[in-house]
Amino acid sequence: MIQADIKEKLQQIVGPENYDDSKAGRLVYSYDASPQFQSMPDAVVAPRNKEEVQKIVKICNKHRIPIVPRGSGSNLCAGTCPIEGGIVLLFKHMNKILEIDEENLTVTVQPGVITLDMIKAVEEKGLFYPPDPSSMKISTIGGNINENSGGLRGLKYGVTRDYVLALEAVLANGEIIRTGGKLAKDVAGYDLTRLLVGSEGTLAILTEATLKLVPMPETKKTMLALYQDIEACAQTVSNIIASRIIPATLEFLDQPTLQAVEAFAHIGLPTNVKAVLLIEQDGPEEVVERDIEKMAEICRAEKAVDVQVAKSPEHAEALMTARRTALSALARLKPTTILEDATVPRSEIAKMVVAINGIAEKYGLNIGTFGHAGDGNLHPTCLADIRDKDEMERVEKAFAEIFQKAIELGGTITGEHGVGVAKAPYLEWKLGHTGIEVMKAIKNALDPNHILNPGKVFAKETNRVVMMK
Amino acid sequence: MITAEQQKEIQKKFKERMDQDQLLNCMRCGFCLPSCPTYIESGFKESHSPRGRIALMKAMVDGIIEPDEDVERTLNLCLGCRACESVCPSGVNYGHLLEEARDIIQQSKKKKQSLPVKVLRKAVFEELFLHQNRMRFLTGLIGFYQRSGLQKVAHATGALKLLPKNLASMEKVLPKIPTMKEMKHRPSHLMPKKDVKKRVAFFTGCLMDTMFMKTNDATMKLLKMAGCEIVIPQNQECCGALHGHGGEKEMAKDLAKRNIRAFEDLNVDYIITNAGGCGAYLIDYGNLLKDDPEWAERAAEFSSKVKDISAVLVELGFHKRKLSLPEQVVTYQDSCHLRNVMKTFSEPRLLLKSIENVEYREMKEADHCCGSAGIYNIVESEMSMQILDHKMENAKATHAETIVTANPGCLLQMKLGIERLGLSGKVRAVHIADLLLEAVEAEAEAAAVIK
Repeated sequence: MIQADIKEKLQQIVGPENYDDSKAGRLVYSYDASPQFQSMPDAVVAPRNKEEVQKIVKICNKHRIPIVPRGSGSNLCAGTCPIEGGIVLLFKHMNKILEIDEENLTVTVQPGVITLDMIKAVEEKGLFYPPDPSSMKISTIGGNINENSGGLRGLKYGVTRDYVLALEAVLANGEIIRTGGKLAKDVAGYDLTRLLVGSEGTLAILTEATLKLVPMPETKKTMLALYQDIEACAQTVSNIIASRIIPATLEFLDQPTLQAVEAFAHIGLPTNVKAVLLIEQDGPEEVVERDIEKMAEICRAEKAVDVQVAKSPEHAEALMTARRTALSALARLKPTTILEDATVPRSEIAKMVVAINGIAEKYGLNIGTFGHAGDGNLHPTCLADIRDKDEMERVEKAFAEIFQKAIELGGTITGEHGVGVAKAPYLEWKLGHTGIEVMKAIKNALDPNHILNPGKVFAKETNRVVMMK
Repeated sequence: MITAEQQKEIQKKFKERMDQDQLLNCMRCGFCLPSCPTYIESGFKESHSPRGRIALMKAMVDGIIEPDEDVERTLNLCLGCRACESVCPSGVNYGHLLEEARDIIQQSKKKKQSLPVKVLRKAVFEELFLHQNRMRFLTGLIGFYQRSGLQKVAHATGALKLLPKNLASMEKVLPKIPTMKEMKHRPSHLMPKKDVKKRVAFFTGCLMDTMFMKTNDATMKLLKMAGCEIVIPQNQECCGALHGHGGEKEMAKDLAKRNIRAFEDLNVDYIITNAGGCGAYLIDYGNLLKDDPEWAERAAEFSSKVKDISAVLVELGFHKRKLSLPEQVVTYQDSCHLRNVMKTFSEPRLLLKSIENVEYREMKEADHCCGSAGIYNIVESEMSMQILDHKMENAKATHAETIVTANPGCLLQMKLGIERLGLSGKVRAVHIADLLLEAVEAEAEAAAVIK
C-alpha cells in the first residue's frame, strides 16, 4: 500500500492519468513472460521525462518504496516481476528516438523505444543495429540494456553490451549520472557503462542511451542443414567455427521445436528430421557465397541429410522470423513452458546437447532444445504442467543438473536472459562466494536502501523459488 | 455496479467454466501487444491488451482479484477483432475465452440489471435478431424514413443534432433501403446459366438480406457466373454472432442449432457467406457446440463447409475472367473476422488486382480493426471513433477513390469514416461483391460497344 500523502505527491508529479493503483491496473503488471512468477505491485507509474523519474526515485528512496522498471514485460527471468511490491515504473511515454548521428554512426534513444522500431529507423538510413533478441518486435531498448539481451546474431556481432556507448541514468539517491560518450575509445575511469548494462534495474534507472551502429551488410544468404543425428548436427557447429568461419547466425532447432514452429508458421520447415541448423551469413557478395558454400560442405561431411539454401530474401526472412517464435510456439504443446538459457563455450555444444537429452530422459521430461548454437547459448525448454506437482519437482531437479553440467563445461547458468528471481539461487554456483560479495558491495554502494528492483540477482535462499504470493 | 454477491457468483463461474488449459497456454510473451488496437489507442495500457485481459481472466479463476468494474470495463473495451490470435505463436484461442468471460459476467449481472438496459438487450437480442420479419420491419421503417421525405425534413431542420454525433453521421451513411415488398420476396433456388461446378447454400444474414439486400443479390449473381447452383434455405436464422459476443451464449447456441438444421440436408459443397462477421461465427459452430453430444458432430460438419464468397470465387477461377472498371485506385480494408478467423485475406486482394484499370494499393495496417466490431461503434463510440480516425489517415494516404470491405459493419464504418473526413462524393466504400459485379457489368458494356 502506498500511503495517501505519497500517492498524492506521485500523482502531482506524473499527473493522475499516469498513476494507477486500481486492482485490475496493478494485476496486469504483476507478471512478465517468466512462468510461475506473479506478485502484485502497489501502484503503476508512468513518468513522462527524466525529471519526473528523478522526483519519483527521490520519494521512493526516502520512503523505502521498491521501484521495478519495466519495458514490455517480455523478461524471462522474472526480472520485472514486482516480488516485493512497490512501484512498477513504465516507460511508455519515454519512447522517442532522439537522434540518428550519421557522422558518428550512433543512435540516441529514450529507454521505452521498441527495439524493432529503432532497428527499422536506422535501417532506413542504411545503418545496422545488430542485437536482435527474439522479442525485438515488442521489447524495449531499456529492457535490452538492463538484461544485456543477445539474439540470433550474437555469434558474429556480439550482444547489446557491445553496442552501448553512453548512458544516462537516475541513481537511487535521485541524482543523474552520464556515462561514456560517442567515443570509440574512452578509458576515463571505471567503465560504468558496462556496469549498468545487464544490471537488471538493480543499480540505476536508465533514462537515455546512445548506441553504436554499423554499416548495413551488402548482402546475406540463409540456409538450412537437416540432420537425423543430433550429435552430428552439434558437431557441425564446432566444425564450422574451427574452420575459421563466423556466420552471422548459427541456430539449432531440434525436432519438437521444428514441429511446434511449423504448426504456427507454415513455411515448410522439415518436421521429419531430428534437428536442423539455420545458418545465415552476411557481408560482401563474394564472401557470403564462399562461406555459404564452404559451410554447406562441412554440413554434408558431418552427415547432414540435406542442405537447402533459402529461395529468396522473403523466404530467408520467414525462416528467421519463424525461429524467433520458437519459444512461444513450443508453449502451445503443454500448459507450462519453462525455458532456460544455459550457455557453454561453443566447442562444447555437442556435449551439452547430449547431456540435456540424457537429463531429460533421466527425469522423464519432455525437453525441446533450440538456441544460438553458434555462440554456445542453448535454450532447453521444458514442456510441463504447473498443476502436476511431481512433474514440476522433476523439472527443478533437471534444470539444476543442466546448470551444473554447463558450469562443468566452462559455461554459465544464463547466457542472455538474466538472473532476476528465477536464477538467483544458482548465481553463486557460477560466481563463487567472492564474486557474489563483490557484486553485493557494488549494489550496497549504489543503492544502500535496496529500493531498485529488490529481490533480484541476489537470492535470499539457495533453493529455487517456485511460486511467489 | 457489480454487487458483492454478483462478484462471488462470477468468480465461482469463472472457476467452473473458463478453459484453464487455454489460460495457461498464454505464456505472456507479449507478441500480441502490437496487434491490439485498444492497447495502442489506449496509450499502451496493458489492461487493454490481450495479454492483460487473459491475465485478468486467469486472476479471477485463481481468486487473486474480484470482477470489479475495471475488469468488466477492459473486457467490454475489447473489439473482439481477434488480431491477437493470428500473431499468437502459442495458439491461444482468445476469442473463445472472451466470449465465455463476457457470458459469465452478463448472465450473472442480468438479474440485477436496470430496467432500460434489460429492455434494450431484450429488444435487440431476443426480439430483433431472432426474428427476420421484425428485422425486415425495422429496416423497412428506416426505408420509409428515407423515402417519405422525413429524412429530408430531419436534415433540413437539424433534428439530427439531437442525436449523439456518430449516430447522426451513421444515419447519413445508411444505404438506400429496399422496400418491404422487395425484402419479402427473396429467391430460394438459383441455377447457373452453364454447367454446375458446385452446389452451394447461401447464408443470407439478417442485416445483409435487408439493409444490404443489393449486396446479397450481387453475391448470388457472382456465384451463378462462377458456376454455382445456389440453394437459399428459407428457414435460416441470424448467425448468433451478436449474441455470442454480447454475453448471450445460450441464445447463440439456439440459433446455431436452428441453422444447422436448416442447412444440413441440402447436400451442398459449401455454405457461402458474404459477411466476415457472420462467416467467422458460423465456422465456429463446431466449437460452440462441442460439449453437446447431440450436436457436436453436426456442428463440426456445418462449420467445415463455411466459405467466404471471395474464397469460393478464387477457387472457381473467377479472377481469371476479364473484369474491368473505369480507371481508379482501390484499397482493401480487411474484415477482422474474415482475416483472423476465416483466414481469408489473399483472395479478396487477388480478385481486386485482377480487375483491369484498377490500381490496387495496400493500405498501411489494413489488417487492423476499423472499430466497427458489431455494435461496438455504438456502445464504445469514443474508442471506436479514435480507431476509425487513425484508420482513415491510412486510407487517405493510399489516395484510393474506392475502399473495399467484406463485411456490412466494416462497410458502414468506412462510410462513416469518409463522412468524418469530409470526403463524401470523392471517396466511396463498397462491398467487394458489389464492386466485382460492377466490374463484370462494365466489362460487358465495353465488350458490347466494341461489337
